[in-house]
Amino acid sequence: MSIFDSLGKLVTESGFAMMLSGDGWKNLVMIAIACVLLYLGIKKQYEPLLMVGIAMGCLLANASALGGFSNALYHQALWDNFLDESSEFYHNYGHILAHGGLIDILYIGVKAGIYPCLIFIGIGAMTDFGPLISNPKSLLLGAAAQFGVFFAFFGATLLGFNGNEAASIGIIGGADGPTAILTTTKLAPHLLGPIAVAAYSYMALIPMIQPPIMKALTTEKERKVKMEQLREVSKTEKILFPIVVTIFVILLLPSTAPLIGCLMFGNLLKETGVTERLSDVAQNALMNIVTLFLGISVGATMVGSNFLNIQTIYIVVLGLIAFSFSTIGGLLVGKLMYKLSGGKINPLIGSAGVSAVPMAARVSQRVGQKENPSNFLLMHAMGPNVAGVIGSAIAAGFLMSMFGG
Amino acid sequence: MLFISPAAAEAVAEEAAKAGTKGEMLSLGTSLLDACLGYLVVFIGLSLLMLVIIIVGKIMVASSKKTAATAAAPAAAPAPVAAAPVQKKLAPGSAGGVKLYDTDPRDAAMIMAIVANKLQKPLNELKFVSIKEVK
Repeated sequence: MSIFDSLGKLVTESGFAMMLSGDGWKNLVMIAIACVLLYLGIKKQYEPLLMVGIAMGCLLANASALGGFSNALYHQALWDNFLDESSEFYHNYGHILAHGGLIDILYIGVKAGIYPCLIFIGIGAMTDFGPLISNPKSLLLGAAAQFGVFFAFFGATLLGFNGNEAASIGIIGGADGPTAILTTTKLAPHLLGPIAVAAYSYMALIPMIQPPIMKALTTEKERKVKMEQLREVSKTEKILFPIVVTIFVILLLPSTAPLIGCLMFGNLLKETGVTERLSDVAQNALMNIVTLFLGISVGATMVGSNFLNIQTIYIVVLGLIAFSFSTIGGLLVGKLMYKLSGGKINPLIGSAGVSAVPMAARVSQRVGQKENPSNFLLMHAMGPNVAGVIGSAIAAGFLMSMFGG
Repeated sequence: MLFISPAAAEAVAEEAAKAGTKGEMLSLGTSLLDACLGYLVVFIGLSLLMLVIIIVGKIMVASSKKTAATAAAPAAAPAPVAAAPVQKKLAPGSAGGVKLYDTDPRDAAMIMAIVANKLQKPLNELKFVSIKEVK
């Protein structure tokens, strides 16, 4: 082979040549989108721990796809076969392991629902359910703030999505990334990329999305309400809480077992006081490793052929609607509680019922303190906030039991 | 208010068919019912959980009050007529309570003695929760 033949081969096989042929332009657009997401994650710090991973996964999958099948880190075709009931490789992980690239292998953890559950162990180990235990009425606000989930579900049906897809889109309103990823993986895996990006982007945008809605739906008098100090919660109560919730919620809705079970397991590790080392691992090492794998493998699903379609635009719009209506649901029940309690409950804590912990609670604190600088709502808002995590897990469990069968 | 043209809805359905997705198309009535049912299930589930937590909380508060009352009772008992010289009540200290992680009991005893010496406090007035070797 002459030097010119070798050079010619290098040129024709390069990603630059590939991007000009066939659907190569789609990968190019996705590389540009990945760069925008990297900018948002690094410069604007929108959920950077996940956004940077997602963006890099998207970049790697699309750039390596231009290098041909054997060089790709993620192979959409392998996963299409994996999901195709008529294919001989239907649900065949061995086929993926034998032919997949690095990200294909990491993605098995998403597909099998392992990463979201491990992240829930970490979240449980980091969460203090004390404010919820001392004020159990917060659970009603956590339930109310799931309104957006079901509103967006209905909206998605209106837009022509089928039941499984509508359920996966609706769960964006739960404002809980791992829950959205697990639900989508089970019900509509082909939508995982846009749903994960929408969920994490809007979670990062909560400080911008929620305050205008909070101000529009509450009066100045309501926003100024100072709440009574919460009672102290004993250690025994904190230990009993995860055990009681696990038994009660899983018996009530068995499909919530992976999420609620892992969340409460993590919390039990934190509260027992005899498993400090395990709690430390769950909060730090495990959480960081899984976040890394989850981000990069979810981002890799954003390949051009899957992502660049009208569905993605609808998902982005419906995601915003879901977040907004979840906030509205929480605020309206917060207002109701304000009336029923004779003005003792500040309705602003209702918006924290969307689970995004602790961002939503911080927003309640900030908006409340703007009206009354001596008002400290943070601990009161943490109750609905952690209740929202349980609420979105129950909503996801309901949707998976309805449409997962 | 969501407005969607039939053509756009058809385009979404076509994309879904192309992606080979599982799942049935729902009629608007079924979808609305499912949405209401789902919201209701979340509300009922969390309301029941609220009741369970309230009940557990009440039991815990009652039992802690009972424990406090039992502990307070001997203190409220009348003092003996020929009272012994008043002695300062000793703090419970850490005997048997301190948790050791990768630490030899002899080392732990030495550390506690050093801390007591540095603080100029009797050892039985200090409470050590745990001692852990930092590696």
